[in-house]
Amino acid sequence: MLELWYRLVDFALPFEWAHYAFMKNALLAVLLSAPLFGLVGTVVVTNRMAFFSDVLGHSALTGIAAGLWLGTGDPLVGMIAFMIVLSVLITLFKTATRASYDTVLGVFFGAVTAAGIVLLSRGGGFAKFTPYLIGDILAVEPSRLYTLAALSSAAALYWFCLANKLVLISVSPVLAFSRRVPALWVQLSFGVLLAVVVGFSVRLVGILMINSLLILPAAAARNLARNVREFTTWSVAISLVCGVAGLLASYYWGAAAGATIVLFAACFYGVSAVYAWVEQRGGRR
Amino acid sequence: MTEACGHCCARIENLGVRLGGAQVLEGVRLHLNCRELLAVIGPNGAGKTTLMRALLGEVPYTGTLQFKIGGEMRSRPRMGYVPQTLNLETDSPISVLDMMVSATSRRSLWLGVSRKTRKTLEEGLAAVSAAHLLKKKIGSLSGGELQRVLLAMAMIPRPDVLLLDEPVSGVDVNGLSLFYSIVSRLKTENDISIIMATHDLAGIAPYADRMILLNRTIVAEGTPREVLSDRKLLETFGPSLWNVSKWETGCTHA
Repeated sequence: MLELWYRLVDFALPFEWAHYAFMKNALLAVLLSAPLFGLVGTVVVTNRMAFFSDVLGHSALTGIAAGLWLGTGDPLVGMIAFMIVLSVLITLFKTATRASYDTVLGVFFGAVTAAGIVLLSRGGGFAKFTPYLIGDILAVEPSRLYTLAALSSAAALYWFCLANKLVLISVSPVLAFSRRVPALWVQLSFGVLLAVVVGFSVRLVGILMINSLLILPAAAARNLARNVREFTTWSVAISLVCGVAGLLASYYWGAAAGATIVLFAACFYGVSAVYAWVEQRGGRR
Repeated sequence: MTEACGHCCARIENLGVRLGGAQVLEGVRLHLNCRELLAVIGPNGAGKTTLMRALLGEVPYTGTLQFKIGGEMRSRPRMGYVPQTLNLETDSPISVLDMMVSATSRRSLWLGVSRKTRKTLEEGLAAVSAAHLLKKKIGSLSGGELQRVLLAMAMIPRPDVLLLDEPVSGVDVNGLSLFYSIVSRLKTENDISIIMATHDLAGIAPYADRMILLNRTIVAEGTPREVLSDRKLLETFGPSLWNVSKWETGCTHA
């Protein structure tokens, strides 16, 4: 399968950068993960979960420590398991208490980030974990690409099946309840999906950047869209364009890919915000 | 008060709700007749919204709830619900069509809307004078427009009981009379029973068949005229009564 992709790139993209196997892998990783970020990001943005997904991203450090402690061979397994548990805990906590959600998230954010730093820096070995902070999409292992493809398909299927319920819950959870939508289960399931997506992508784009990749394309799309279909379409498209452009720019600049992609997405957001502003002024006249 | 309850549609006995350690409602006894608009009034924090949520089954309650629909006893009838507010930002990219499809159709939004669903939704909107709003973003609607859209949505499919939770907060005076007349017409045309929680004491009076004054439990009950002239009304609301009723209808300059 991968062999086919390499040949396709050699045939269709006769550029210098495309000669390298690591760039071919990275390009495929971007093409598979960008739509995933774009799609999941729309739900994160409409449900005001930006801080929630940031907590998940920052919990990666504790997740790695948990993985090392449990002795799961692949650090990814321990990390994703930890994020799933965290995501379920936060969602349940939110429904069970009347405390300010924002503050609760702030507490979780502090706790998981600090725990991760303490556990991993014990004995002065933190330096070997710094790649997790900024990520390295160029180092993606070919075997991970298959998992990424499966994950993206699963997320698309999830969105397809639950789009109506997710939209209704974002509008009003009580209204959703009156329509017999099991809001808590839907929220829990999305939390788990988000945990898997974030956990899997942290190694590629970095703890510091993962949240921006989820939020920015959807935030830009929101300025352009008039309905849910346009919203998801724009978000996926912006995410893809920024992903590819950012990867290539990072190659020529010799910079980290994740952050370069985020910069492109930020530019897109700026343009879309100006568009929305002009549109709004036009509408008022 | 209906004692025999021969044509009674909902019978609520000794309803109590505890939330976060506080008794929000207790000993609520309420009979709702068929084709009746029951207005629930009471000060802020009296438990109006909690009553709605208990009727929906969204919060745990004690006591009994029984419904008789078309001669049959049921524990859970088909409820239409219009919430007080939505969880919305004004730039939310969700159109009226999106929201209505998400609530009324099983087919994924992503596939677009079938012709049949679209027709149902258009007819529903037309019945509340909102046909022109189908493609607008919900964040851009005025308070009155949004409430009419939510009302249309609650009517698909036709419910046995319609619950309206302070639907007129943030609606201007013209919007108010339009909303009440639409609700009144839906009640007669569709043979449904309606419970409406409201702050607009004076506005709802001509449209309500019965009224209850709620303050943790039922304080007064009867026709709107009886309840509004009850001495307990002033005791419950206090001197702010005049302000509440005027302010909520939008007549701040009166």
